Amino acid sequence: MSDTSQTHPAPPTTTPHVRVQILSQPRYLSGTRELIAATARRLGFDETACSQIALAVDEALCNIIRHGYDKAEDQHIWISIWPLNEPPDAEPEGIRIVIEDNAKHIDPEAIKGRDIEDIKPGGLGVYIIRNVMDEVVFQQRPEGGMRLILSKQVTTTDQKPTPDTTTPN
Amino acid sequence: MEIAKNNQDGCFTLSPSGDVDLSVARSLQMEIRAAMETKPVRMIVDLEKVPYMDSSGVATLVEAMQIARKQNTTLVLCCMQDKVRSIFEIARLDRIFTIVPTTEDAAGA
Repeated sequence: MSDTSQTHPAPPTTTPHVRVQILSQPRYLSGTRELIAATARRLGFDETACSQIALAVDEALCNIIRHGYDKAEDQHIWISIWPLNEPPDAEPEGIRIVIEDNAKHIDPEAIKGRDIEDIKPGGLGVYIIRNVMDEVVFQQRPEGGMRLILSKQVTTTDQKPTPDTTTPN
Repeated sequence: MEIAKNNQDGCFTLSPSGDVDLSVARSLQMEIRAAMETKPVRMIVDLEKVPYMDSSGVATLVEAMQIARKQNTTLVLCCMQDKVRSIFEIARLDRIFTIVPTTEDAAGA
């Protein structure tokens, strides 16, 4: 897992393969989770990984709605998705998700999950995001608001079995 | 979200249906608080019909656990689906809560 306080890497400059805008309303969390999980599935992740990636995005959105926008329901959140692959025409090796908002700037160094041994309601979101994603980078957007870059590699256990190409008798 | 309730012989069972995320966690929190006010000997949260839970839902159950400890109510979670169990494991709360496979187990846990 990467150092979550870093301000690099730069956000991807290529056109996202998927980009959605939602209003900062909890009612849209469910549909967003379904989109994220379905996209991750198409990029080669197994069901467990798809659920975890959707959970990480859900937690990030919850934090923006609750803390970034103070539960205001008329604000925007943008979610962009790229496959991780090199070269670009290769099979996807993972997923990169960038979540952006227009909320107040927060020092990325100050975004820390709470001590997991401290059992209390709340404060689990950042811990969960860091736990399930390979790369977690919080940045301040120059134009205002925050950017969260999430990446996760497909592992060998995620790989789907090779389709059976034998001709049935 | 629908939350079925059954209060019998000092055992209060809450059975929510549907995803428990930020949009509905408050409803579950209110129902749990109201149930806890009856000071049941045992509180069972049956999660059989909950396919998904995020940290908002988990926080609600952590609060329930804290209330239960203060008033000596036995809190038991049962029938947890794999995706829901996953978040408890990630947050290492599976070792803090009493989690059992069935409602029958919950009645005797």
